[in-house]
Amino acid sequence: MKRFLVLFCLIVCHMAVFAQQTTNVEMADTMRSSGKIYVVIAIISTIFVGIAIYLFAIDRRLKKIEREK
Amino acid sequence: MKFIYQTWWKVLAVVLIFYTLIAGFLFHVPTLPILHETIRNLYFHVPMWFAMLAVFVISVFFSIRYLNSGREEDDLAAVECVNTGMVFYLLGLVTGMIWAKYTWGEFWSGDPKQNSAAIAFLLYCAYLVLRNSIDEEQKRAKIAAIYNIFAFPIMIVLLFILPRMTDSLHPGNGGNPAFGKFDLDSHMRIVFYPATLGWCLFALWIATIRYRIRLIENKRNNIN
Repeated sequence: MKRFLVLFCLIVCHMAVFAQQTTNVEMADTMRSSGKIYVVIAIISTIFVGIAIYLFAIDRRLKKIEREK
Repeated sequence: MKFIYQTWWKVLAVVLIFYTLIAGFLFHVPTLPILHETIRNLYFHVPMWFAMLAVFVISVFFSIRYLNSGREEDDLAAVECVNTGMVFYLLGLVTGMIWAKYTWGEFWSGDPKQNSAAIAFLLYCAYLVLRNSIDEEQKRAKIAAIYNIFAFPIMIVLLFILPRMTDSLHPGNGGNPAFGKFDLDSHMRIVFYPATLGWCLFALWIATIRYRIRLIENKRNNIN
């Protein structure tokens, strides 16, 4: 569980750092924000986080089975 | 082999890929005709091939080690690496086809790069078929290991050398400006390199999970 928390913290920190960058620097110009690219990013990120957590879960289950042997 | 049970590099893989998912869409990319925003596919299509390459290299390593040691585990590791590599191979091929549709005009235009990628795919399919067609375990492991060691350099030649010697639509090939020009753009590098490393580790992670399942299955089969 600790590992997941660390991972989550890292991700959240990263997002915060990133948000600052985009507002200060002219990265997110009107074209992209009006094109709603952030929605795409949110969806892709959600999918990937889901897959990652799923893989971690498989990893843990496997570890449990290995310990039983 | 303690490495495969550790967690830090799995977290690293996830964080790196997560970073590229966000940065890959938002950071600056060069404005180019035809490509437009699809240049961002560089962060997703190319790492599939690098991930495939990484697990195939590891597979060859274990094949050589099997021939040296004769340990069954090495053979299983080699096979599971190839199994995982095939998934990323298909992903690379399909994403390449989709990208090609909107930049080259066709899903499959018979381009040298595409054709040799298809041949190399069959080469590795043949590896899996060959391995599964032999019942006797030691013979199977030995033949598969030797085949794998030979298949790898042929795959490298087919994918990365032959298409470069002829005209190809794919970047980096004869008569065609390479991505190298844009890779020099450090804006793309800071996303592309982490993406490559992240996906390589991700593929390795999946391969280790498959390997560990295979070990348990193998143990069970031996007992019964």
